[in-house]
Amino acid sequence: MNRFNYASPLLIDHEKTLACENNVRLYDGEVKTNFEGGELIITTHRILWARPGAIARGDTCLALMNELIVYIEEESPGAFSFKSMYNFIKLSFKDGYSNNVLGILNECLQVRHWEVQIPPQVPDKPQAPQIKLRTGIVGIERSLQEKQKAQDETLNAAFQDLNKLMSMAKDMVKMANVISTKIKEKQGDITEDETVKFKSYLLSLGIDDPVTRDAYKSNNQYYRSLANEISEFLYKHIEDMGGMMTLTDAYCRINRARGYELLSPEDILNACKLLESLGLPLKLFQFSSGVKVLQLNTLDSGTIAESTGILIEDNGSLSADELASKLGISITLARERLLTSEKYGKCCRDDSIEGLRFYPNLFLNNEE
Amino acid sequence: MRRRAGLGAIQKQRLEQEKYKDKGTEIQENQFEQITKQMEFFKVNLEEFATKHKNEIKKNTEFRRQFQEMCASIGVDPLSSGKGFWSVLGIGDFYYELAVQIVEVCLATNDKNGGLITLEELRERLIKARGKRKEHQEISKDDLLRASQKLKSFGSGFNVIPYGKGKYMIQSVPGELSMDHSTILTQASSSNRAYVSVSYLKKELNWEKERSENALEHLVKQGLAWIDTQDTYEKLYYFPSLFNDCVNATAN
Repeated sequence: MNRFNYASPLLIDHEKTLACENNVRLYDGEVKTNFEGGELIITTHRILWARPGAIARGDTCLALMNELIVYIEEESPGAFSFKSMYNFIKLSFKDGYSNNVLGILNECLQVRHWEVQIPPQVPDKPQAPQIKLRTGIVGIERSLQEKQKAQDETLNAAFQDLNKLMSMAKDMVKMANVISTKIKEKQGDITEDETVKFKSYLLSLGIDDPVTRDAYKSNNQYYRSLANEISEFLYKHIEDMGGMMTLTDAYCRINRARGYELLSPEDILNACKLLESLGLPLKLFQFSSGVKVLQLNTLDSGTIAESTGILIEDNGSLSADELASKLGISITLARERLLTSEKYGKCCRDDSIEGLRFYPNLFLNNEE
Repeated sequence: MRRRAGLGAIQKQRLEQEKYKDKGTEIQENQFEQITKQMEFFKVNLEEFATKHKNEIKKNTEFRRQFQEMCASIGVDPLSSGKGFWSVLGIGDFYYELAVQIVEVCLATNDKNGGLITLEELRERLIKARGKRKEHQEISKDDLLRASQKLKSFGSGFNVIPYGKGKYMIQSVPGELSMDHSTILTQASSSNRAYVSVSYLKKELNWEKERSENALEHLVKQGLAWIDTQDTYEKLYYFPSLFNDCVNATAN
């Protein structure tokens, strides 16, 4: 049992998940342990055990390196044990198992995935000595310290100059992720500042290959590809926001996703003007007040008038504020919808001291 | 896992477990401290690299992506060019960057202030998010105003509203998309008296005076609210559409 160590369930380099089982209990030799009803994951490198859901959250779990397994056998239906030189453990599958666990493990032990390791990418450093597995609290403390030290060293090495950072970029990205997840676990989020949180979110939605002006001969071509990029990137966001987004909002999101290749407001505006003519699912719309927004093509006046007309009939009559609270949109937008609907003849207005109300258009519907 | 018998053994076991627990928390705290340090290190260096090596990072597509990922998880802003020569003429990335950051601050604080923020607060938040380096601290209100001007071409959705001498408010949510008006109406109807005032909104929703005034004025213009100046203390805003409900409510 003491071969198990606490580890993060995040897969290490080249590690792959082979099988997952539920409701598994660990035995230390023949003795039942408190580790029961957990999730068991067999990977190419390790056997992981954790409380249900812990692995999905990335919490620490128990891990046994496959290289420590000497022998596997099935004991009685549903339970089998790993024999090691001094000791062995048993796994009991309360619900049986869905995968061929024994076969998978045996195959995994033959292939010995953990031996196929790619050396670390720092060429001018001797390979860091493998951290030895120690037992006892001092052992744990020491191994933690060593790990920390190794991390500090890689960090220092990586930020010596740009070339170093470039060659180690992949590992650094991983490390940044690990650090921020650990901090999030502890205090909920990396920072209290809403702006920084929002920035992190925006930055994480990158555009891989931003359209740049240099790649095109004419402005027109450039704006066209830009329009495509904008539509592709923003469509989902605009859909989530209820079909409408101000251009300033779009400007911020698009530029954040592009990273360093900033677009000027004029370029974005020109590209947006082309959206409709290119047959893309977004279009530029200008309110009578001069506010410019990007909206979904499906939000055209005809369908708005139709659906608003039906709503008015269902409710007997509607004012702008009632419609706004029904649809969860702003009052000005609701008013705009009612006026559009009126223009299409779907409703009639009643302008009284209590404000503007709209009723179903009986002139059109009741013909006799 | 040998078991001992007897009361003493139980007590001893309990003591042992407590000690383990203490040790565990100690190790954890230690770990956390280390990680916070690493995070700081990351932050400082990423900020520095973002400024120093901007052009190299820009050129290498794959690395640019990776750099951005790092910035995202640590919470560093990769955009941090200095003012430079061209910005004197109002062109170049500096003002575009600022514009992006301004909108970002506005969007992030939207749900708190309804899209209305003073230039001072905006500057404070923007600088804080940009990083600790000295050149970030030197961004002036004038720079921010200039950057906001760049967003003029997006129509009237983003506005700089002057109030008082040298004071400005930035409005990022246009009347068309603001949900403040609906909130006011909900307040008025739940208060059972068909009117609200600036001080009432301040008390109930903790809104700034400017935010309330802006929204109420808009409602008056839309014909949804009426002004009553008879009150000696402040203007009252009545909602005729709520009269009936209120009369019925008091009658019951």
